[in-house]
Order: sequence, then structure tokens, then C-alpha cells
Amino acid sequence: MNDPIIRFEKVNKWYGNQFHVLRDIDLQVGRGERIVICGPSGSGKSTLIRCINGLEEYQQGRLMVDGIELSDDVRSTERVRREVGMVFQQFNLFPHLTVLENLTLAPTWVARMPKKEAEERAMQQLRRVRIAEQANKYPLQLSGGQQQRVAIARALCLTPKIMLFDEPTSALDPEMIKEVLDVMIELAGQGITMLCVTHEMGFARAVADRMIFMDEGQIVEENTPIEFFGHPKSDRTRDFLSKILGH
Amino acid sequence: MRATLAAVAARAAPPQHRGPLRWIRTELFGNWVSGVATLALVGLLAWWLWGVLDWAVLHAVTAPNLEACRAARGSGACWGAVVEKYRLVIFGRYPYGEQWRPLAATLALLGLLIASCIRACWTRWLAVAWPIVLAFFFVLMGGGVFGLASVPTDRWGGLPLTIMLSTFSIVLAFPLSVLVALGRRSALPAIRSVCAVYVELVRGVPLVSVLFMASFMFPLLMPPGFAIDVLVRVLAGGTLFAAAYLAEVVRGGLQAVPVGQIEAAASLGLGYWQRQRKIVLPQALAMVVPGIMNSFIATFKDTSLVTVVSLYELTGSFGLAFDSDAEWRPYKGEGSLFIAAIYFAFCFSMSRYSLWVEKRLSRGRAR
Repeated sequence: MNDPIIRFEKVNKWYGNQFHVLRDIDLQVGRGERIVICGPSGSGKSTLIRCINGLEEYQQGRLMVDGIELSDDVRSTERVRREVGMVFQQFNLFPHLTVLENLTLAPTWVARMPKKEAEERAMQQLRRVRIAEQANKYPLQLSGGQQQRVAIARALCLTPKIMLFDEPTSALDPEMIKEVLDVMIELAGQGITMLCVTHEMGFARAVADRMIFMDEGQIVEENTPIEFFGHPKSDRTRDFLSKILGH
Repeated sequence: MRATLAAVAARAAPPQHRGPLRWIRTELFGNWVSGVATLALVGLLAWWLWGVLDWAVLHAVTAPNLEACRAARGSGACWGAVVEKYRLVIFGRYPYGEQWRPLAATLALLGLLIASCIRACWTRWLAVAWPIVLAFFFVLMGGGVFGLASVPTDRWGGLPLTIMLSTFSIVLAFPLSVLVALGRRSALPAIRSVCAVYVELVRGVPLVSVLFMASFMFPLLMPPGFAIDVLVRVLAGGTLFAAAYLAEVVRGGLQAVPVGQIEAAASLGLGYWQRQRKIVLPQALAMVVPGIMNSFIATFKDTSLVTVVSLYELTGSFGLAFDSDAEWRPYKGEGSLFIAAIYFAFCFSMSRYSLWVEKRLSRGRAR
């Protein structure tokens, strides 16, 4: 792969002294590539994507994001974070700020954008996730699906090159999953690099360029969705798929 | 067989029987036992209230007349003692002829404090007004310029001193406590331990001993000829003391902010101070408004302890006013009700204000 936007080189991470959560991770992600990561809980998939924007530190190896090495240096981490947007399982909207203020916060304070421009851009993003009419409400006045769409819009406000999704639909009522996935599918068609931890296999089939299966801190298998779902190579993958697709 | 589900139309809730009359009938006179108990308690209360009214109003002496007070002793209050002594209680040992100065200075400071509590006044002018009013306060109190006679700080006293000490302790302790609370959660072990040691050390000793140290021991540690006014030293001691308690209240709030909030702010590229200022502190402080106000009120009343280092704020000047005068000393009780009313007025205003702040901050929190 020439010029990958994300490059993991033998990355290792431990929680405390005992728990080896990431083991010799080698991974390259191309520009515009859409990757879906799945695996049992505790397999390290969330930790993996949280390393990409420095929410987790790693102890060994090298991690380059858009030409910047993530290290102990706070400034390099902050530079990377401007290039990377993240959407969380629990939305993590700021409850004391209105929807619009949630979106304009980073543009005004991180990118030093004038207030008016930041608001215009925020409204543009809110229209993109079809929720512009809620701009002046507070997050807790919205449904879970609406909150998650606001969170996606918020992450897009700094026009990131990479979007990370950490189980974005796991905390949603079943009725609301679709409205969030629709927004994500739309986004996937617009050339942004996406890494998505999810068990929504329909979504994975529809948008993923590559599937990654993790178990016990390792990347067990990576393949195109057709191969991954049709002819999983390892027994562990086959076992996992039979469990999540079986019900 | 398939049951068809008939839609149930929404109905109004059944009427709730409320209203004071109904409440009295069911709760106070539900059966004959509670009826008798109610009547007995109402009778007792009425008898007691009549006694208070009789003492405080009907048989009270309001003129500063010692003979009349002696005659009414045991049956009526001697408010005349308050009329006689109120200037000494409120202004302490400040020179009698110059007492317009602490009055004007205190009114200006109170005006500033009230303006600072009103949202509409939170403009740039308020930031300009603070140093101006404080300078006005100290120039007027201390004198020595503009033809004002110089009054040394050990003559300052009464309510002006109480308000000045509390204002400074609270205004300085609050930001300090926020820094200490953040410090105790810092990623750097050195900062964490310094803050923890400070809190534990200061919280572990009585305020009186902090004031003694500030007043008597601190000067011994200074090189000769180097002197800091006792008022400043006591103020510093009180501030450090208040900040230690307040820091723990603030830390409680910080711990209640979910870690996801900090991660979300970090993932948006906000730096440490931006995260604290924009995301963590607004939520943390809003959650601990009652605890913060608790500390503020305690600090306000703790100023009465500076008496131990011979600064006569409201409580001290009250003691001075009555203890030094054998004739009026028997009516110290009436005097204590007077200063209690002053303290209550301030503390009650603070607590009402904190309720208002809580209500304002809870917007957007409710579903």
C-alpha cells in the first residue's frame, strides 16, 4: 500500500502490568479506505481505534497518523486530533451546551474560527445528518438516535480526514439504529477514511472495503467482506460469525 | 382465535383531592387522637408565641433608657441597649466621628457584591469596577490621603471588617480551590502530592491555630524590619483555610463528571485548560453549588474567629460594646439577637442566591 494514512508497526499495549491488550499490531489503512473491525468483547478493538487519536497510549512500536507520529508529546497528539473525528458508544455530547454550541466548540476554540463562520458550518453539518431543526435544544432533550447523529455532526465540524466509530449503535434502541447507520452509509460514500468498530454486519457488508477480526489483542483475520463472510479463514472467525449472525 | 386490540383512548387523570381545608381535615383531624394532639400543640405554640410577642414587643423598652430597662427586666426586652450600642457594634473601635467612612466604604463594597451576583451586570465594566471599588474601600477605611485622617487597621472593626474579610476569603479561596482540586487529579505525581499535603495539613488543624500562626508566629520567621500588616496575614490564613475545604467540595464535583466527557473534548482537539474550562468545570461546579455555598456561608461566619488575634469584627465588636460597659452588660442577650439578625440576613441571602443559581444551571439537564 503506498502512502497509508494510518500505519501501526508492531504496536503493543498493556493495561497495568498484566493485561496485554494489543499484541504486535501491524496495520496499514489507505486514504479513503473504510474498515470495519469486529471481535468479541475484550479483544482490544476499541483500544485499537482509541490509539489512533491518542485516547490510549501504547508502550511499544510505532503509530503514524497522516505523517505524524503519536508519541508522549502533547502537541503531536493535539495535531493528530484535529485530523481525526471520533464517535462514541455513549454519544458523549456536552449536556450543558446546546446542540449548536456542541458543534461550534471545537471550531471556535481549536481552529479559532469566527463565531459566525463556525455556526454556519455547524448548521451545514446538522443538515447533513438531518437534524438542523434541533440546533437550539439541549442534548438530553433529544432521542438516542438524534443524539448520536449530533455527535457525528460534531466530529465532522473540523473536517477530519479520518473518522473513528466506537460501537456507535450499541447503546441505541433498535428502532433508532437505522437512522444512525443511514447517516454513516452516506458518509462512507464521500471519500473519508473510516474505521468502525461495530457488530452491524449488514452495514459492514454495505460499506466496508476491508473487514478486520480481532481476538485476544491480535488481528486474527483481515479480508474483503465477501471473502470474510463467505469463506472465513480461521476457525475462530467462523465461530464468532456463527454466533453473531446465527440469532 | 386472534384477539383484536382495541385502541384505548387517552383519558384525563382522576381528580386529586387537594387544598388546605381537605389537608387539615384528613391530616390534622383524621381521628379524635390526632384532633386532640393538634389542638394541644396549637395551644402550646400560641402560648409560646404570645410569650415571645409579650417580651419582644408589648413590654419591650425601645428607648436607650437604663432606668426603664431595669424596671422591665424579666418581663420585657431592652432594645434600648441595641439603640445605645449599635454604632459600637457595627463599626467597632473605628473613630466615632469618622464612621461615615466605613459606612460609605461598606455600602460601595456591598453594591459591588450584589452587582456581581446579577447576570445582567456581567460585563466588562464589572471587571473594571472591582479594583476601583476595592481601592475606594481601602482608601476610605485607611485614610492618610485626600485629607482623610489615617486610621490604622487595628482600629477597623465591626460589620465592615466582617464583610471585607469574607469577601476576600471567598473571592480568593474560590479560584485557589479550583486549582487545588484540579491539581489533586493531575497526571503529574508531584503536583498531586503537593495539593494533597496542602489540603490535609490545613484541614487537619483548627482555624484558630491558623490565625494564631498568621498573627504571632509568622512575624517571628520574617527578617527584622520586614512587616506585613496583621490584617493581610490573617486574611491570607483565612483564605488558605477556606480554600482547603472548598477544594474538596470542588473535587467531588470533578469526580462526578463522566470520563467520556473529557474524552470527547480531547478527541475534538481541546487542550487541557480548554477541556477544564469549557467542559469539566461548568458541569462539576454546577453539581456542587449547594456544597460551595455551604463553604461560603461557613467562611462568612468563621470570620468571627479573628477576634482571637484582636481584630474586632462584628462578633468581636459586639463583645467589646457590652463587656466593657457594666451598666448595659445585663442586656447582652438583646444585643446578641441583633447581630444574629445581621448574620442571618446575610446567610439567608446567600442561600437564596445559591438556589437561584441551581435553578439556572439545571436548564437543559431535564429531559
